[in-house]
Amino acid sequence: MGFRNIIGRRLGLGLVRRRKPFSTATCDGDGNGNAKSINLYSAINQALHIALETDNRAFVFGEDVSFGGVFRCTTGLADRFGKARVFNTPLCEQGIVGFGIGLAAMGNRAIAEIQFADYIYPAFDQIVNEAAKFRYRSGNQFNCGGLTIRAPYGAVGHGGHYHSQSPEAFFCHVPGIKVVIPRSPRQAKGLLLSCIRDPNPVVFFEPKWLYRLAVEEVPEHDYMLPLSEAEVIRQGSDITLVGWGAQLSVMEQACNEAEKDGISCELIDLKTLLPWDKETVEASVRKTGRVLISHEAPVTGGFGAEISASIVERCFLRLEAPVARVCGLDTPFPLVFEPFYMPTKNKILDAIKATVNY
Amino acid sequence: MANWLRISSRTVANHIKKRMNKEFMGGAVHVNQSSGLWWGLNRGGPVSDRNRRHMDPLAWNRATLLCVQRFKSTLAEKQHDSFLSSDSDDDNQSVDFPGGKVSYTSEMSFISESSQTRVPCYRVLEDDGDLISDCDFQQVSKEDAVKMYSNMVTLQIMDNIFYAAQRQGRISFYLTSAGEEAISIASAAALSEQDIILPQYREPGVLLWRGFTLQEFADQCFGNKADYGKGRQMPIHYGSKKHNFFTISSPIATQLPQAAGIAYSLKMDNKKACVVSYIGDGGTSEGDFHAGLNFAAVMEAPVIFFCRNNGWAISTNVSEQFRSDGIVVKGRAYGIRSIRVDGNDALAVYSAVSAAREMAINEQRPILIEALTYRVGHHSTSDDSTKYRQLDEIVYWKKARNPVNRFRNWVQNIGWWSEQQETQLRNSVRKQLLEAIQVAEKTEKPPLSELFTDVYDHPPSNLEEQEKHLRETVTRHPKDYPSDISV
Repeated sequence: MGFRNIIGRRLGLGLVRRRKPFSTATCDGDGNGNAKSINLYSAINQALHIALETDNRAFVFGEDVSFGGVFRCTTGLADRFGKARVFNTPLCEQGIVGFGIGLAAMGNRAIAEIQFADYIYPAFDQIVNEAAKFRYRSGNQFNCGGLTIRAPYGAVGHGGHYHSQSPEAFFCHVPGIKVVIPRSPRQAKGLLLSCIRDPNPVVFFEPKWLYRLAVEEVPEHDYMLPLSEAEVIRQGSDITLVGWGAQLSVMEQACNEAEKDGISCELIDLKTLLPWDKETVEASVRKTGRVLISHEAPVTGGFGAEISASIVERCFLRLEAPVARVCGLDTPFPLVFEPFYMPTKNKILDAIKATVNY
Repeated sequence: MANWLRISSRTVANHIKKRMNKEFMGGAVHVNQSSGLWWGLNRGGPVSDRNRRHMDPLAWNRATLLCVQRFKSTLAEKQHDSFLSSDSDDDNQSVDFPGGKVSYTSEMSFISESSQTRVPCYRVLEDDGDLISDCDFQQVSKEDAVKMYSNMVTLQIMDNIFYAAQRQGRISFYLTSAGEEAISIASAAALSEQDIILPQYREPGVLLWRGFTLQEFADQCFGNKADYGKGRQMPIHYGSKKHNFFTISSPIATQLPQAAGIAYSLKMDNKKACVVSYIGDGGTSEGDFHAGLNFAAVMEAPVIFFCRNNGWAISTNVSEQFRSDGIVVKGRAYGIRSIRVDGNDALAVYSAVSAAREMAINEQRPILIEALTYRVGHHSTSDDSTKYRQLDEIVYWKKARNPVNRFRNWVQNIGWWSEQQETQLRNSVRKQLLEAIQVAEKTEKPPLSELFTDVYDHPPSNLEEQEKHLRETVTRHPKDYPSDISV
């Protein structure tokens, strides 16, 4: 008796199909259908439920995912889909990612969880040397496109060195993988489903600060949001601000205050950092002539540097001021000094004014 | 000493077999919440008689006993007491912990860092190729034996000729399997085409067995447009989907946890197939070795981890690599059944892999095989091993302990091979190789566009831009670029 048949019967499917067709329409979730106010971890949970229900070759695994995960993102999955598809792994990130690469190489959707982005480094070799090069080095005979690695990242108020890191820059330097960071529950669900279904290995960083704090109307149905498309989430004409993840809400507050001083800010959510949507950012900078990038990760070598260099290459003569970066300090992420380390609303506001008045 | 050990091993074996049949196979699936492990897919049949013969009875029983205990909640120990307390004072001497019951002792003693004797290695042929009398082995058909021997010779000649081609500057790099021909050929011969291979890099014999042609080897080494890898990697980094041989990558041991994942997929599909992943002695020091074996054991994945212990990791002798009795003893640390085999004995390798495969598939478990051998050649064309080891050591292994000669003696003595066939084969292979190299050398390289494809499934805009820009540069400065790559 095939295992797949057991799954099929449990789901009430008469004939087990490998994948249910899913909507690839790039609606941003505003379409018809019910939407409920839920937080980020619930939105991610919904995406995972949908991913497993629409593809019976999808698996979710990692440390502690079985009981629901330390952030509750995997609640209910093991009960619903069974322990063969949703399971704990030993405490070993290189094993989790290596195992995930193998599963994905056989055509499965391997959704691996790394408990904190701070612990992703043991898996760096598997990600950079194996996952990212799997298709290329084999001449496209093999690929591990079905691999998605999810990890909570970013400041949480009390996380210190090892529960607050933003390691996205390391991964943006690796051709062959994609790096995606959602800003909100509705974005997270649609982006995560796109990542899972994208035929390339993806690293998906979830802003842990927002797991409970961010609450938004999220449609209950299956929807996907496009990768490598940045979104202008606030229109403006004086300066372009670029960010991702939790930092956007801080930037938005800065934009609101700047508006009181008559500065019109355009705010862009990059969403996908690799490959990133240069066209949207360039078009905005051509309009405003000024750009400010903000991220929690340390400023030196951060992804803001890549954006800055690219914009200067493309828009040099249009720029009215140097590209501004408001980022974390070049220190390990501190505990009691976190408020000093962080790129706060006022730091951003100061930089907006300095740039506009340059 | 725990009292239960006094029970005869046969009693233990029968008791466990009964419990296993009732509770773990076919019948009720017992899911233990506290351990988080499940038995739903343990489709293992009873251990076959043949395999049971090969296992140390007490060792098997202890391993299985631990298995049985692992999956019971500590609260459910009462069910077990009936087994454990055949001697009545047992209950006093054992204590519960997560992970199961252990007996305790008031005598403090450390488990020795090593056994008195090393784990013996399984062999079937004497050094001169005579079959050891009364030995236990899987018989090989004449057809297979002749193919095995021919492939070993082909591999030897291929290695010599490609090595020479590198020395002549015709290919950039090469590494040989000299001294390890029996390992790759005989292990491949014991597998089915559906078994999936995750090589390290010294196992082209597996590809050869499966039908990869000399031309295909040459094409990869020359990185021409017929190379399945599209000229992207160094020579010897073969890969072939149609042969279920995953593309070689240079980082060591990364394939081991991947093997566990691939095997898990086979398990999900109920395929009658396993994964065979190769690693050298040096590779077992990598973290991925630990990760791979542990994952395979916990996931109950059908992987054969085949370690080629050839004594050297470039210039690092095994005495500088680990302090254990080789690799075979590490299996138990992961709960993995293991065997040490004479890697220069083709029949022993064949038998061990056959048995391992059956266990891996029927019992859905990983197996560890350590094949002792010797790396006769240098690590690669970038190495001169006389700098760190004695020439007479190399010569000894090359001449007196040669696996190809040893197997030849066996096939010849049986009457399945002759001197005449030997000469014919060697001449023919040599000729084919030289032709293959000539053809490969003349074949065009892949076009420039293949630099940019397959990074992703479709090239993103930054790559499209870079290709456009590069083409303009090439047009402006053609002399900077090799003329044998069409733009």
